[in-house]
This record gives sequence, C-alpha cells and structure tokens, in this order.
Amino acid sequence: MSEGADMKKRRFLTATTSVIGAVGVVGVAVPFIASWQPSTRAKAAGAPVEADISKLGPGELLRVKWRGKPVWIMRRTEKNLEDLKTLDQKLADPASDMPQQPDYAKNPHRSRKPEIWVAVGICTHLGCSPTYRPDVAPDDLGPAWVGGFYCACHGSRFDLAGRVFSGVPAPTNLVIPPYQFLDDNTVLVGDDGGAA
Amino acid sequence: MSAMQNLVNWIDDRFPMTKVWNEHLAQYYAPKNFNFWYFFGSLALLVLVNQILTGVWLAMMYKPSAADAFASIEYIMRDVEWGWLIRYMHSTGASAFFIVIYLHMFRGILYGSHKNPREMVWLFGAVIYVVMMATAFMGYLLPWGQMSFWGAQVIVNLFQAIPLVGEELSVWIRGDYVISDATLNRFFALHFLLPFILAALVFLHIVALHKVGSNNPDGVEIKKNKDENGIPKDGIPFHPYYTVKDIAGVVVFLMFFAGIIFFWPEANGYFLEKPNFEPANPLKTPDHIAPVWYFTPFYAILRAVPSFAGTQVWGVIAMGVSIVVFFLLPWLDKSNARSHRYKGPLFKYALAIFVVTFAILGYLGVVSATADRTLVAQMLTLIYFGFFFLMPAYTRETSDKTTMTKLYFIAMAIATLATLYYWWFFDGGADGSLLVKLIVTVIAASHFLIFGIKPWLKPEQSKPVPERVTG
Repeated sequence: MSEGADMKKRRFLTATTSVIGAVGVVGVAVPFIASWQPSTRAKAAGAPVEADISKLGPGELLRVKWRGKPVWIMRRTEKNLEDLKTLDQKLADPASDMPQQPDYAKNPHRSRKPEIWVAVGICTHLGCSPTYRPDVAPDDLGPAWVGGFYCACHGSRFDLAGRVFSGVPAPTNLVIPPYQFLDDNTVLVGDDGGAA
Repeated sequence: MSAMQNLVNWIDDRFPMTKVWNEHLAQYYAPKNFNFWYFFGSLALLVLVNQILTGVWLAMMYKPSAADAFASIEYIMRDVEWGWLIRYMHSTGASAFFIVIYLHMFRGILYGSHKNPREMVWLFGAVIYVVMMATAFMGYLLPWGQMSFWGAQVIVNLFQAIPLVGEELSVWIRGDYVISDATLNRFFALHFLLPFILAALVFLHIVALHKVGSNNPDGVEIKKNKDENGIPKDGIPFHPYYTVKDIAGVVVFLMFFAGIIFFWPEANGYFLEKPNFEPANPLKTPDHIAPVWYFTPFYAILRAVPSFAGTQVWGVIAMGVSIVVFFLLPWLDKSNARSHRYKGPLFKYALAIFVVTFAILGYLGVVSATADRTLVAQMLTLIYFGFFFLMPAYTRETSDKTTMTKLYFIAMAIATLATLYYWWFFDGGADGSLLVKLIVTVIAASHFLIFGIKPWLKPEQSKPVPERVTG
C-alpha cells in the first residue's frame, strides 16, 4: 500500500491537516465559550442607586439593591464608633490595607462620614449576606461581642465597619462600594464622581 | 423455520443483535456468589431512567427564567394533572440516586472492585459520580427558591477562590456578576444535557466491566477456573439468574421509594429543604443554609479548613481533593487480596472508620458551625484523607515502600502535625472547649499512630485467597 509512496510528504500532509483542523476547532469554540460571558444587557445593568437616609435612625440598617447585590447603609451611634477603636487586636486587617474600599473609606470607620457607613452586604468568603447583629454579648456570639455582622453560612464575623475578625473563614474586610452624598439625606451608591 | 426465527436471522445479518444479547446477558458469566451489595448497580440504572423520564416531563411544564421559575414549580405541584407525583418522583429520585450510588461505591471498596484489572471500571464510575454531582447541583438551582439561590451563590463562589482567574471564571459560569436569570437559564440547559452524558458514561462503565468480568465478594478471579466448555466454573449466566435477582431488588427498592414519594417527600427538610419553599431573594440569606444531604460531607470539609495567608483557597482545594481522591483509589490499595475478607485487619478498621467519618461529616455539613463542631470536623477531615493517603502504608505487604507511598505518608504526617499545632499553639487559631480539643487531639494522634506509624514499621499481611468462590 505504501509502496512508492513519499512517506515524508505523507507525514507532512497529515501533520498540516491536523494542525489546520485543530485551529478550526479552536476557532469555532470561541463563540460558544464567549457566549457565556455577561451579555451587554447584564453589563449595562450596573446603574447607580439613590437611597434616602432621612428616616434612618441611629443603629438602623437600610438595604438597597445595587448590581443585584445587597448594599447596606447604616447610621452608627457614638458608642458604635467608640467600640470600633477597641477591636484592632482581634481583626485581620484593622487598618484596611487590603484594597477592599475606595481611598476615602480607608480610615478607622471605613466611611466618608464617620456615622454613615455604606458597604456591600456580601461576605468575602463565599458570598452569603451576613446577618446584622447589633445586640451586645448574645449567647451564641460570646461575651466580647459589641455588635457587628455574623455570617450564618460559615461563621465569619465582621465589626460595624465591616472589618473581618481573624480566625474566621472570610479572608478580607467587606467591600465598600463607590458612593457619594448628593445632599445630607441622599446617598448615591455606585458612583462617587471619580473621587476614588 | 418459523417466521420469528427468520426475522431474527434477517436482523442478525445486518446488526449483531443475538451476539450482543449473548455476550452481555445470556452468556455473560457472572460469579455465582453475588450478595445483597450487588443490587445497587442495577438500581442506579433504574433511578437514572426514572430521573431522565420524570425530568423530561417536568421540562414540558417548567419555565427556566428568574421571573417564572418558582411559580412554574407551584403550577406543576397544584395545577398540572399528576404534576406533584412526577415532581416528587424526580426530587426523591435525586436523593435515591445518591443513596444507591454511595452503597454501590461502598461495595466496590469493600470487595476491592477497584483493583487490577478493574481500574477502568472504577475510573468511569468516578467520572459518573462527578458528573452526577454537577447535574444535581445545577438541578437544585431550578426551583429558584432561597436555598437554590444561596446554595448556587456559595458553590459558584468557590471558583472565585482560585488564584488569578477565579474572579473571571465565576463571572463566566454565572454569565452575570450575581446569580441571575442568565445563570438559571444555562443551568437548566446543562441539567437537561448532562443525564444523557451520564447514560453514555454508564454504557462505557459496563463495556469496561464486561471486558474484565465482574468481581465478587471473595475477590476471586472466576475466569481462572473454567470447565471444558470454557465457561467459568463459578459463573452463572447474567440472564436469567441475575436479571431475576435484580428484579426482586427493584421490587423492594420501589416499596421504599414509593413510600417516601407518597408519605414523606420532603424527608424532614433533607430531600427538599424548607427555605426552598420561599422564592429567591438576593438581598437576604436564610438564617441557616446547607447543601442537600448528599453534598454535606464535602461541605463540612470545606468549612473545616480555615483561611490562611489572606486566601480561602485551602478549603476549596481540600474539598476538591476529597472528591478527586476517589480516582486514585486503585493505585492506593497495595494489598495482595481484593476483598476485605482476605485483607489484613487494618483495612477493615480503616473502612469502618471511614464510613462513620463520612456520616458524621455529612451531619456536620447540615448543622451550623460552632467552635466545637469545627474542631470535630477538622479531626474528621484528617481521618477522611488518612483513609486514602495512608492506604498505601496500611495495605502494603512488603517492607519496601514506593516513592508515592512515602510522599503520601509524609503529607499526612505534616497535615496531622499542622492541625495539632493549629489547635494548640497557633495565634488566633482554634476556639472551642478544652475537653473537645483534648478529645480530637487524642483521636487524630491515635488514628495516625494506628494507620500510619504501625503499618509503616510492620507491614500488613493478607490471608491466602481461595481458588474458588466460597458460599
């Protein structure tokens, strides 16, 4: 069968055909794989959200939806802000060195105004939304608890500035989204006018 | 010749009908000593057929969109004629599938069905198991309840922990920045596709099995003892002997299956979890979320491993390895004997402890994590991996050790020491009561002593395997 055949040429043709075929397979795979990327519609759905905080009392938490995620807006009390200063020893990143916030929130209270705190309410572990636990020293969280957020999914703990305690599954502080105050009573989440 | 025979001949000239029938049923000789544990292979096939049939029917009434999915399930349950039955057959079938497969896998390990020459049978089986898990996971999103949503959120976020590409990979899987309509729609398509891939894999599993022949509770190779006609002396034709036996198994299985479907379809929140009766709410996680029971042992392992060096990837790796490790089993078992009946005693103890470990991890994955439970989960995670990675040490029958045997042993030694260090000396390490800490320390240390150090010093010895099957 292979008598008189030019084996070198045959091998060359087999190899080139295979290579061109493989290129074709890769090429045709591109649209299939790329079609799983977020669609243009999904990308466009990230519009900023306005929140009215005029009725938000001290110690209260407001949830708004931004890009499909819960965003928390909380008005902290004087006591809360005092408590934050006492926790540094127990935290994984007390000074917010990890890039989990815009520059204007890289401060001890992780916010633009000390009392008003804005954060994405999604645990940095596996994406559950932690529970707001303002109660002091509850049975299940221990006597040292001064109020904060507890993730029931995997037991991660955060203080009232969204800073993560050490020794819990979550590796980093809660994310602070870009935001700005349109006036004293209105927060715009998702747009900080390029301040970051 | 009868008309029937003519028809058969006509087909056989064009398609190997009689040949296939004989090779795989009427003249496929299976060992005569199959016992209770051999029901679960055919039952798994039955459940797969049940899942495909009920699944295709559900797809006729279900709407895969975030806006309509939850309501369409309610519609199936309340308005569609017999819709409730078809849906409960499907949801109960999912749990039944895993029960049957876990028992089937246990049988394999018990009698050494993974060992030479059946490695390919085992490997196809392991692929089937992984594809089954993917199928079940995607199916669980479809009702679009609270548990569907947050369960998928957690599992897809596991991919986020992968360094460098994790973030983009998880976005690519979801098709959005959060679990959304796009995710639901594609999971539905994949959930419909994968069972047919499963069916193809089952075909390959059986092709591989029939090439090498079935194992049996004695682990005796029946092909070594053939009569003058070339038929194994300890073999009986699969059909009619085992087809009839399996039908008896099917009848008993269906009694339990129907009992659950009709009287206990939610199984107290284990088959259908309570938060899933509430529509998905992206703003609020249920107070307690847990995967369905068949994933909980792996979930407990995920939770047991703490984040370290600013990343949570370690838990994800541990969970991945805890599943992938099944693929290695044929090469971890160094024993001369296949069946536990003739292996050294350590294998039996290790397997028994592994089964208990798997069950307790399953329980711990269901309940919320407290400091004490985390300690226990960490200890059991060590034992889980010890079953596999110390296996070369405790099944080996010669005094010389291969490089991999040594590496696995050293890895387990390091893991055990690191865990003890984490419990007692690591700054910001484990909480939990002193008593529980002491107990887990003693158990973890003695487990390593018994299944690591002891056989390391003095190899196990298996008993001689008989020529012919017993009983």
